[in-house]
Amino acid sequence: MAKEIKLLGTWASPFSHRIELALKLKGLQFHYLEEDLSNKSQLLLQSNPVHRKIPVLIHNGNPISESLVIMEYIDETWQHQNPLLPKDPYARAVARFWAKFIDEKVLWTAFKAYNDKGKEQEDAIEEFSQQLKFLEGELKGKEYFGGERFGFVDIAAFFILQFLTVLQEVKEAELMTEEKYPVLFEWMEKLQGNEVVAGCLPPREKHVAYVRARRAAAEEAASKTKAA
Amino acid sequence: MANELILLDTWVSPFGMRVRIALREKGIKFEYKEEDLTNKSDLLLKMNPIHKKIPVLIHNGKPVRESGIIVQYVDEVWHDKAPLLPSEPYPRAQARFWADFVDKKVFDAGRKVWVTKGEEQKSLMEEFIGHLKTLEAELGDEPYFGGEKMGYVDVTMVPIYSWFHAYEVSGNFSFESHCPKLVAWAKRCMQHDSVSKALPDPEKVYEYVLQLRKRLGIE
Repeated sequence: MAKEIKLLGTWASPFSHRIELALKLKGLQFHYLEEDLSNKSQLLLQSNPVHRKIPVLIHNGNPISESLVIMEYIDETWQHQNPLLPKDPYARAVARFWAKFIDEKVLWTAFKAYNDKGKEQEDAIEEFSQQLKFLEGELKGKEYFGGERFGFVDIAAFFILQFLTVLQEVKEAELMTEEKYPVLFEWMEKLQGNEVVAGCLPPREKHVAYVRARRAAAEEAASKTKAA
Repeated sequence: MANELILLDTWVSPFGMRVRIALREKGIKFEYKEEDLTNKSDLLLKMNPIHKKIPVLIHNGKPVRESGIIVQYVDEVWHDKAPLLPSEPYPRAQARFWADFVDKKVFDAGRKVWVTKGEEQKSLMEEFIGHLKTLEAELGDEPYFGGEKMGYVDVTMVPIYSWFHAYEVSGNFSFESHCPKLVAWAKRCMQHDSVSKALPDPEKVYEYVLQLRKRLGIE
C-alpha cells in the first residue's frame, strides 16, 4: 500500500538528520525536499504556519512539525520495525526526559559556551560541562542510551552532539574532548561507524565550512548592531 | 501491587497544576507534598538532581520529571480511565505539537512578563496575547482542544488561567476583550472538579506575583 511521505529539511540541520534516520530505520521510502531557509517554500509555510521551521514531515498530505513530535509519530505509525521508544511507560518517560534535556538545555547552553564572551561564557562552560557529565552518567555501563540497541535518545542526542563537535572545530575550542568524556566519545564513534547513521550526516568539511560562514555572518551582524 | 504516588509540587506552579488535574481526572489517589523552593527538600534534590525542580511524581519510589512527560506517563499507565491523548497517531502528534507550543511560546512569554518592566514588559505582554490568539484559532468552535472532552492540550494550558487575573490587574486590560473564546473555554474547564480543585485563588496568585517582583527588585 503506497503511502506518500515527504520530509522538508535542510542538509546542515541536526533536527532534519534525526528524521532522516528515523525514516531509514523504519525502512520507509520518502521524498526529501531541501528547503532554502532564506526563501521558504509555499509548502513549508503552509505545512508549518506556526513556526515556519524545518523539519516537517508530510504523511499523506498531513503535516507534522517539531522533530521529537515527528519521531514519536513515526514510531507510533510504523511500529513493526526498529522501535525507537521502549514499551514500558516508565522507560518511555525516562527517554522523553533525556531527549527534552538535550533540546532545551544542552544545545542552548552549548551555544552560549562556544559563542558568548566574559562571565556569561564562563558560566555556560561550567553548566555545559555539568550537563555532559550527566549524559555520561546516564550512558555509562550501556551500549546505547536505549540499552542494547540505539533508540529515541540516541537519535536525539547523536546529531546534536555531532553538530556541537563541528561548532567546536569552528571556534577552535576544547570543551568536549575524549579525555573528559570517554563514554560519550566511544558512543559517538560507535554510531558514526554505523552505515545508516553515517549516511544521514553531511560531509564534515562541508558542514564545518557552512557553520564557519554562518558564525562569521552572525558575529558581523552582532558587531554592526553594537556599533549602530 | 500497591500504587504509591507522591507529588512534589508548589501551590502556584502551573506545571504542577497540570499533573494534579491529570491525576484527579483519572480518579487516582496521590499524596501531595508542598515544596519550599527557597529550601528544597532532600527528597526533591534526590529525585530530581539534574533540574532540582517541581513537579516530580514519585511512583512506587521511582521519579517521573517534567510536567508534560508526567502527564503522558499517567495517561499511559492509567490508560483506561479518562484518556487524555487521542488514540490515533496523527491526532496524538497534533496534541503533542500544541502542548509544545503552550510550553515554548505561551508559558515562556507569560513567565518573562513577570521579570521585566516598562516597554520590554509591554512588548512581551503583546507577544503573550498573540500566542493566546493563535491558540484560540486552533480551538475553533470545539468545546475543548481535545474535542468533546478535555484532553492533553486542555490540561497543559488551563493552569495559566489562574494567573489571568494577575496579568489583567498588572497590565490594566482584560483577556475577554482580546480572546473571548479562550476565556469561555477556560471557564468551561473550571466546571470540572479536577480543574477547579487544582487551580488556586487568582487573588492569591496576584499577591504571590507582587511579592515575587519585590523580591527580584523589579517593583
